[in-house]
Amino acid sequence: MDKDATQAEEKQNTNLEEVVRQQTVRRNILLTTPALVVLFIAASGPLLVMFLFSFLTPGDYGGVKWEASTQAWFQVFFHTDIFDDTVSIADAHLSILWRSVKLSGLTTILCFVLGFPTAYFIATRPAESRNFWLFLVTIPFWTNLLIRTFAVLEIIRNAGVINSFLLAIGVIDAPLDMLYTDTAILLGMTYVYIPLMILPIYASLERFDFRLVEAGYDLYASRLKVLKRIIVPLIKPGVIAGSILVFIPSLGAYVTPRILGGGKNLMLGNLIELQFGQGRNWPLGAALSLTLLAIVMIALIFYVRSAQRAGAGKDS
Amino acid sequence: MKKSFTPVVAGLSLLLAGSVANAAGELNLYNWGNYTSPELIEKFEKKFDVKVTITDYDSNETALAKVRAGGHGFDMAVPSHSHVPIWVQEGLVTNARVDQMENFKHVDDQWRDPVWDPGRQYSAPWQWGSVGVIVDTSVYSGDINTSSLVFDPPEELIGKINVPPEMLDVIHTAVLYLGGEACTGDKDLLRKVRDKLVEAKPKWKSMDYGMIEKFAGRDVAASLYWNGAAFRAKEKNTDVRFGYPVEGYGLWADAVVLLKDAKNVENARAFMNFIMEPENAALMSAFARYANSIKGSEAFMPDDMKTAPEVIIPEEFRAAGQFYPTCAPEVQKLYTAIWTELQK
Amino acid sequence: MYAVRSGPVLVKIANMMFKQKFSVTRMPGFSVVAMICFFALYMPLAPLVIYSFNEGNNIALWEGFSLRWYGSAWENELVQGAAIRSLIIASFASVFATIFATMAALGTTRTKPYRGQMTIYAMINQPLMVPEIVTAVALLILFALIKQATNYHGFAYLIIAHTAFCIPFAYLPIKARLEGMDNTLEIAAADLYARPFKTFRRITLPLLLPGIFAGAMLAFVISLDDVVITEFVKSAGQDTLPTYMLGQLRRAITPEINAISTVLLGVSVLLVTLIFFMSRKRGN
Repeated sequence: MDKDATQAEEKQNTNLEEVVRQQTVRRNILLTTPALVVLFIAASGPLLVMFLFSFLTPGDYGGVKWEASTQAWFQVFFHTDIFDDTVSIADAHLSILWRSVKLSGLTTILCFVLGFPTAYFIATRPAESRNFWLFLVTIPFWTNLLIRTFAVLEIIRNAGVINSFLLAIGVIDAPLDMLYTDTAILLGMTYVYIPLMILPIYASLERFDFRLVEAGYDLYASRLKVLKRIIVPLIKPGVIAGSILVFIPSLGAYVTPRILGGGKNLMLGNLIELQFGQGRNWPLGAALSLTLLAIVMIALIFYVRSAQRAGAGKDS
Repeated sequence: MKKSFTPVVAGLSLLLAGSVANAAGELNLYNWGNYTSPELIEKFEKKFDVKVTITDYDSNETALAKVRAGGHGFDMAVPSHSHVPIWVQEGLVTNARVDQMENFKHVDDQWRDPVWDPGRQYSAPWQWGSVGVIVDTSVYSGDINTSSLVFDPPEELIGKINVPPEMLDVIHTAVLYLGGEACTGDKDLLRKVRDKLVEAKPKWKSMDYGMIEKFAGRDVAASLYWNGAAFRAKEKNTDVRFGYPVEGYGLWADAVVLLKDAKNVENARAFMNFIMEPENAALMSAFARYANSIKGSEAFMPDDMKTAPEVIIPEEFRAAGQFYPTCAPEVQKLYTAIWTELQK
Repeated sequence: MYAVRSGPVLVKIANMMFKQKFSVTRMPGFSVVAMICFFALYMPLAPLVIYSFNEGNNIALWEGFSLRWYGSAWENELVQGAAIRSLIIASFASVFATIFATMAALGTTRTKPYRGQMTIYAMINQPLMVPEIVTAVALLILFALIKQATNYHGFAYLIIAHTAFCIPFAYLPIKARLEGMDNTLEIAAADLYARPFKTFRRITLPLLLPGIFAGAMLAFVISLDDVVITEFVKSAGQDTLPTYMLGQLRRAITPEINAISTVLLGVSVLLVTLIFFMSRKRGN
């Protein structure tokens, strides 16, 4: 083929591509606008208010005074001893952060371990009964969070169902002290958040083409290998969506840790709540929550970048 | 009262208005949850042909934040005594001249001129109570009128103690226990308070609410808590007693205030006057199980409340009780720091 | 076949119930875990339902059978109003959130990365990342200004606030479904000169439906559950069931709440049964 003709054709193609690309971008922006407008009013806008608050002085009885101050940000990271005024790293905040990350991570893992097989089970039901099973997952959540948490409390307390049962069959001699422990928080948060894991995994499993699995078996792959090499990679978006939906809200969880954990140790959500309530330090509460946001954002950006790179790698 | 109820109609009208005004007037009361006697409200509605809408809050801080922000639509609220001066100072309430209302004559002498509302001009009395120690005497049979049960617990109670997640109640009680005064900024004393709390915390089981059930189910054996809960827990677990710590304990009172941006001022004033009538005050107490401040209301009270030591403080313990003042912001900061360190 | 020691009976029951024969879709132990999971989901509901029939006024101490709390809930305008408001808000919020989330998912998935996409992701997921109390306090202040300016105190504030925090919950399952849903069918339709909207309605939407369904359900229950934001945004007379209950936390929670929750559970069970039979019919 003639060299010039090829070049011209390429040029025309790029022009066309450019037009299509612009159209797609316009379409994408139009499609996302309604969501973004609502989010701006009731999520991002408030966050801007909080950003502003974090640089103000706490009001005497809650609220803020319109005097600029960086004290709140200082307090997030450094602790000034109230008795001898020595400054040190804010270890109270660090240990609370660490406890929250640890418990949220464990909650996410537990939700996955229980939720993935459940989602898989639902997705492999006959098409017409899948919605039924899905509803079965969400029914318990028609009761509200508080009463659900109390229900869990009822189950795990000393005179509760689990202990009575274990005592009756003779597995244990004395009731297990589960209430008011980290285990209780873990169980409670798993109970509260598990649908957030099951539903996204289900959504990506549902369109899963089981002929791929069949092909795997034809090639003498073991079940475990099929699971690891075929199913899990293909439903990864669902797993990731589920993990985000479980992990991040657990980080800021507040009701469940307080009721099941006995409130002796704070989680991040409780610490922030304390500043807006009894602590009367709104700027610190704002700064603490922006710090939490930054941590989560950085983690998410890393994830999206690596996912994009992995995606790009797959395409080429 | 039997009424026909159609969800659809109710739902639609709720959507359209927010509150349905069949009656001549309206009144929007903002109060603690499960604290307002429905009978009292019904009686008021009938008498004045006013539709009363009740909205709940769960803490003084939430109530203050909402009312301060404005645009809430409430006519009156029921803050605790320690918050009344804040509401007045922040200009959130109108001086209703409660002291000049017709039924003010029924208010008991000791409530006519409280420190938090001198001359009782702003607030009408709602209910009051105390923060002492609830003890399951089947677990611990010694003297219960001491806060050492919480801060230096005897062997029998270790690991069975609860402390409510109420920063000020806990720290004030500890300050009094160590010989200080409420709202003290004395750092030497506060250091002792912190050390005492940090030392005591491992001996506690929880820092939680919901003590009526916990005592009934014998999950905890001692708790710093409110007297009304002790009264109710005793109905379920007859071993429960309420102690008034001799080292000093807190009293609290909730009071009805008229909000500055109220739309139904006349109805609100009528309500304030209404609840100071002995019969009505008794209705209030019979529902929420706390004492009121109205002379002559005893006659209308349920029998079990007339003599209960949880409701009527025995003479010998009266002196140790006090209303905690509103702490200065600097002091509040110290307390928050101690509280955070305690729960890290 | 694999011997699953952890619960052969359960497997057998599961197999009997679902006429599951050996097939490529089967994973050993998965059905057992799923059954355990369903059991665990429903076990804590038992005391909840049981205590709704408690004679005594306590949610944790059994004092005999009675319907008194159902009667008291029936007579309690506060509880009823709260329950109805909860359902109304959840319905509006989940419908809006699902529609917006579906559109947003279509606009951010299966497309070449474009400028601003990162910001859009961040905005959509933001309600997840900020503890509720923070949004609640800020919304209180923002909405209070609007309320004072417009003198409108209706439900719109709560619906907007709920829609916003429901969006990520609806968005993520829909996006997960869309990702990797290959677009050969859509391209084929376009090749056959189907208009874009028709392609969407006839091909994309049906394929996307399970994701949308999952997202809508999540949004609904998330809205139904919300306490903190509602507590701060509500105006006079706008208590929902969770805020009504929160108000009781410091005092005493009575089985009235159990009764109303049981009724809600009953309604949802009824709905599920209805859907089950409807889909059955369609399936046949």
